[in-house]
Amino acid sequence: MILGGIAGPAALVVAAVLAPAAVAGVLGRLLRASLLLTVPIALSVLAINVFFFPGGATVLLRIGPFAATAEGLSFATEVLARIGAISGAITLFYLTTPPAALVLDLERRGVSPRVTFVALASVQTVPAMVERAVTITAAQRARGLDTEGSIWRRVRGVLPLAGPVLLGSIGEVEERSMALEARGFTRPGRRTLLWSPPDSGRQRLARWLLVLSVPLLVAARAAGWLEWMT
Amino acid sequence: MLALESVSYRYAGALRPSLHDISLELRDGEVLGLVGASESGKTTLCLVASGLAPRTVGGTLGGRLLLDGADAAPLAIHHLAGRVGIAFASPATQLSGVAGTVYEEVAFGPMNLGLPLPEVIARTDGALASLRIEALADRDPARLSGGQQQLVAIAGLLALAPAHLILDEPTAQLDPAGTAMVAEALARLAAEGASILVAEHKTDLLAGICARVALLDAGRVVLDGPAGEVLSDPRLPELGVAAPAAARLRRSARAAQLTGDALARLDGALA
Repeated sequence: MILGGIAGPAALVVAAVLAPAAVAGVLGRLLRASLLLTVPIALSVLAINVFFFPGGATVLLRIGPFAATAEGLSFATEVLARIGAISGAITLFYLTTPPAALVLDLERRGVSPRVTFVALASVQTVPAMVERAVTITAAQRARGLDTEGSIWRRVRGVLPLAGPVLLGSIGEVEERSMALEARGFTRPGRRTLLWSPPDSGRQRLARWLLVLSVPLLVAARAAGWLEWMT
Repeated sequence: MLALESVSYRYAGALRPSLHDISLELRDGEVLGLVGASESGKTTLCLVASGLAPRTVGGTLGGRLLLDGADAAPLAIHHLAGRVGIAFASPATQLSGVAGTVYEEVAFGPMNLGLPLPEVIARTDGALASLRIEALADRDPARLSGGQQQLVAIAGLLALAPAHLILDEPTAQLDPAGTAMVAEALARLAAEGASILVAEHKTDLLAGICARVALLDAGRVVLDGPAGEVLSDPRLPELGVAAPAAARLRRSARAAQLTGDALARLDGALA
């Protein structure tokens, strides 16, 4: 958004998302995941802006009462470039950073173990909840619950499934918290950490360059040096 | 030594106490078995003995929990962690939920205590070895079977090296091999001086590892004595406890008027 236009975000996608993804060996997975995430949004952004851009004057084609305009297309591509940069960056982060490593590093840098526990437990709980839901679905179906067929039938089947999943999880909270207390989780002070995620000099340099680039780009934009990009 | 002195306990909101005037001593190096019908108060007694009740659970405690002669009431729960360990029957709720590997899971307790890293590693290695689950070290705890998870939970407890261990149905989800492994580890810990309280329905297991057994009925200790005596008491069935297979076999042999050599040979085989 600081860069504006399409060239800036596109260059950012190539330099800060695609190239690192290729180096990390996750380019294929990144492209697949990004496409899955952005295609529905991209289609709606494209349709709405191309056909309904306010002030669009240069008509490219007409479909019935709707006119696609060059101004709308230009704005849509600009928005799409930004969406691509944002979704690509998030996907790259997800594909290259195990939650445990992130949380451990945060803790190493002084974040409270309780905060990091909540963050990591929330992520790790998802597969367990899914597994529990599958088991409960099988059990309820064995008892005659209809979870297939029309949408209405499926909606009616949600409550007998969601109830036990949520109530079961809530019911476990007390015993889980007791087990944590019995293992010294509430002890004040710093925990011992088993390992630290690797952090090379090049990684640190890249992080600092990214941080420094933000005020530099804001200044460049304010000074009008990036107008050529728009 | 861990001791309960005239302990009564009532859960918050409950009309009646779950435990009534219980006095029990758990000496160093002793394995005390706790038996009783469902809802007789075994889990509650485990919670009180571990210090979790009333600290975490709430409720009202009468009497005292003594650790090595000193009242445990002033101690914060994290101070108890290195002295009294407790394991519950359900393995899923005992796992931290944040460890990516079994090794990290077992190390979770020592890490919380802020022990030096070499000691955390030594304790974790030792706990895994004592239950012979080193091969699971790199596995995701969430992907293990219930029995394997229980062994990991017990290993996590052993890594804290508490002087007193409270185990509430620790083998509920274990197969015979896993049960034997836990029994062996408990016997070894007791030999090293730990005092261990095991609440169990599996009286065969208790007969093998306990020197003493106490029987709870409606929140009161109604039998307390040497394991052989308590577990062969004829009142066990009416108190909701199944006698060990050996005791039942002996009783059947006597009922069938098996005498002399045959009875001696049976006793020899069961000993």
